[in-house]
Amino acid sequence: MTAKSARPRIAVFKYSSCDGCQLSLLELEDELLALVGAVEVAYFPEASRDYGKAPFDISLVEGSVTSPHEAETIKQVRADSKILVSIGACATGGGIQALKNFADVKEFTKIVYAHPEFIHTLDKATPISAHVKVDAELRGCPISKFQLLELVSATLNGRRPNISSASVCMECKKKGNTCVMVGKGMPCMGPVVQAGCGALCPSFNRGCYSCFGPKEVPNTAAMAGHFKYMGLDEADIVRWFRTYNSAADDFAKESELHEGR
Amino acid sequence: MKDGSIKVDYLARIEGEGAFYVKVKDGAVVDAHLRVFEPPRFFEGFLRGRRHEEVVDITARICGICPIAYQSASSQSMERIMGIKVDGQLRELRRLMYLGEWIESHVLHVFLLHAPDFLGYQSVIHMAPDHPEIVKQALGLKKLGNDIMIQLGGREIHPVGWKVGGFHKVPDASQLTPLVPRLEEAINLCLELMTTLAKVLKFPDFEREYEFVSVDHPTEYPILDGRIKSSLGLNIDAAEYEANFKEEHVERANALQGRRTSGAPYFVGPLARFNNSFEKLSAGAKKAAKIAGVAPGVSNPFKGILVRMVETVWACEEAIKIIRAYKKPEAASIAYTVKAGRGMAVSEAPRGMIYHRYTVDEKGLVVDAKITPPTAQNQPTIEADLRLFVEKNLDMPEDKLTWECEKAIRNYDLCLSCATHFLKLNIERVS
Repeated sequence: MTAKSARPRIAVFKYSSCDGCQLSLLELEDELLALVGAVEVAYFPEASRDYGKAPFDISLVEGSVTSPHEAETIKQVRADSKILVSIGACATGGGIQALKNFADVKEFTKIVYAHPEFIHTLDKATPISAHVKVDAELRGCPISKFQLLELVSATLNGRRPNISSASVCMECKKKGNTCVMVGKGMPCMGPVVQAGCGALCPSFNRGCYSCFGPKEVPNTAAMAGHFKYMGLDEADIVRWFRTYNSAADDFAKESELHEGR
Repeated sequence: MKDGSIKVDYLARIEGEGAFYVKVKDGAVVDAHLRVFEPPRFFEGFLRGRRHEEVVDITARICGICPIAYQSASSQSMERIMGIKVDGQLRELRRLMYLGEWIESHVLHVFLLHAPDFLGYQSVIHMAPDHPEIVKQALGLKKLGNDIMIQLGGREIHPVGWKVGGFHKVPDASQLTPLVPRLEEAINLCLELMTTLAKVLKFPDFEREYEFVSVDHPTEYPILDGRIKSSLGLNIDAAEYEANFKEEHVERANALQGRRTSGAPYFVGPLARFNNSFEKLSAGAKKAAKIAGVAPGVSNPFKGILVRMVETVWACEEAIKIIRAYKKPEAASIAYTVKAGRGMAVSEAPRGMIYHRYTVDEKGLVVDAKITPPTAQNQPTIEADLRLFVEKNLDMPEDKLTWECEKAIRNYDLCLSCATHFLKLNIERVS
């Protein structure tokens, strides 16, 4: 075995998504050359026409499962991968396209396409974990490229990645942000959303819209109650819980409690 | 090659999932098509009933490579409905942020996705050991584009700063001025790289007649806003787009294909902007064009790689101009009263013109949406290119011809995630 083939082999797979999370790999401008020196990028169609064969040591999977074809191929990806990591809001919480889970998809198809009979789609957009066992996941719409780097290097070194499961509120406190909800009366999902973005929206004078999905044990009922207290109507509360992670259980369930009321 | 077919089942180095197929019979091309199997995500469907303010953030998720193009076209459509005009420094900041996206996206495409075809590498990863300096320099340029977006929107992918009416927050001048020396250095670097590219890249003899369509602004090279102009004399407002362009749904594609209402294919992208608005380019960009040997009237799609570099130089020069003249506006956005109505806008994504149209009710909720991205519009042109290219090169060995076809497709900097989610209600039926 040559030194080259002894490097861990990484693969990147795309399901229904915008490509932004896998693009994060190429956005690691300062680290990219070191990274591709440490691993063998065996399968990464967005960057290379050299399609290496399975098995892979680490597979990064972007996107949610929305078509019958995707529901089939993800099983093969699992079988071919030692470690499977789902990356991003689509892969971990359904992504924006999971909004179709709450609607009549036949109606959607008719809105969009002249020939609905050409379109093969499933009724629901689901996270990768609804189909196969996932070894680790990275949240975010998009993911944090630094968390990605941390996860890959931790995995290669056989340690647990150092990724916080606290809320966005913790990041605001660390940054010294004034709370936009208390101080400015803006609705903000921060208390129930996992950290990772660096409290980006509150730092830009707006409420968090939950790119990173539910934090560990989120008190969604209290969140919805506070929104109501602030004067939001039920339809607005539904919209706040249904953005980029609407297929995540905690958010899906809370949103359903306010539907049609 | 002899009779038979050339196909690639999963195209690499493009955004999204697509394939192509060319069939040759009796020495002639009888079929050439792109197949887009990127699954549909139904944006136009689930935008209905969302608040109009959310559309800027939701449509950004159509594409991780060009979110600003979506934020631009959607916000301007909404502003047209609400009867406001974002002007002055706020408009300049929008242009600055968009220039950042152009720099990032163009450099990504030129060096990481397309140059490997010209130089015979499977990917930039394969190219890096032989050309470490070029790859490092390209990554540095790309990062500069991203850093501009980060200053204005917090992150390079799906940034959070842009809103209907302006921005959520505007930067102090002191946040932007450190970018100036980096941009100056970038211009010199681009000119150097252009000299190298002009020397090294070999272009196939492939000139075609196209109708070039792009956004047109009275005084600026087009990026943010304007009318629609074509090389065959079209000059219309965005509101007239749907009377002049149509979309068809064909079985092989989850994306709709754009054509002129006459049925003719057309061309959007860097070549279209360059040919239609060359005189509005900056001095450095014109110099870059001269080094590259490209002049208005260029109709070889393979030379898009050079034009992207010309536009990158323009983007850096324009960004410097904006930052030097920047005075922080008092308000980050313009206030407005919600109105019902219908609004449309065109904008220039790095890979070509994009069109959005929305209808909003009196509560500010979206009633209906239509989005036409550049790759959907270019599909018929790409297929026509493929057909002609194969016809002219039937003597090439099959594996070489296949790779050359891929390169020809990548001339258009495809974005299939973009192309897959668009639709309109009254579509021309294909028999």
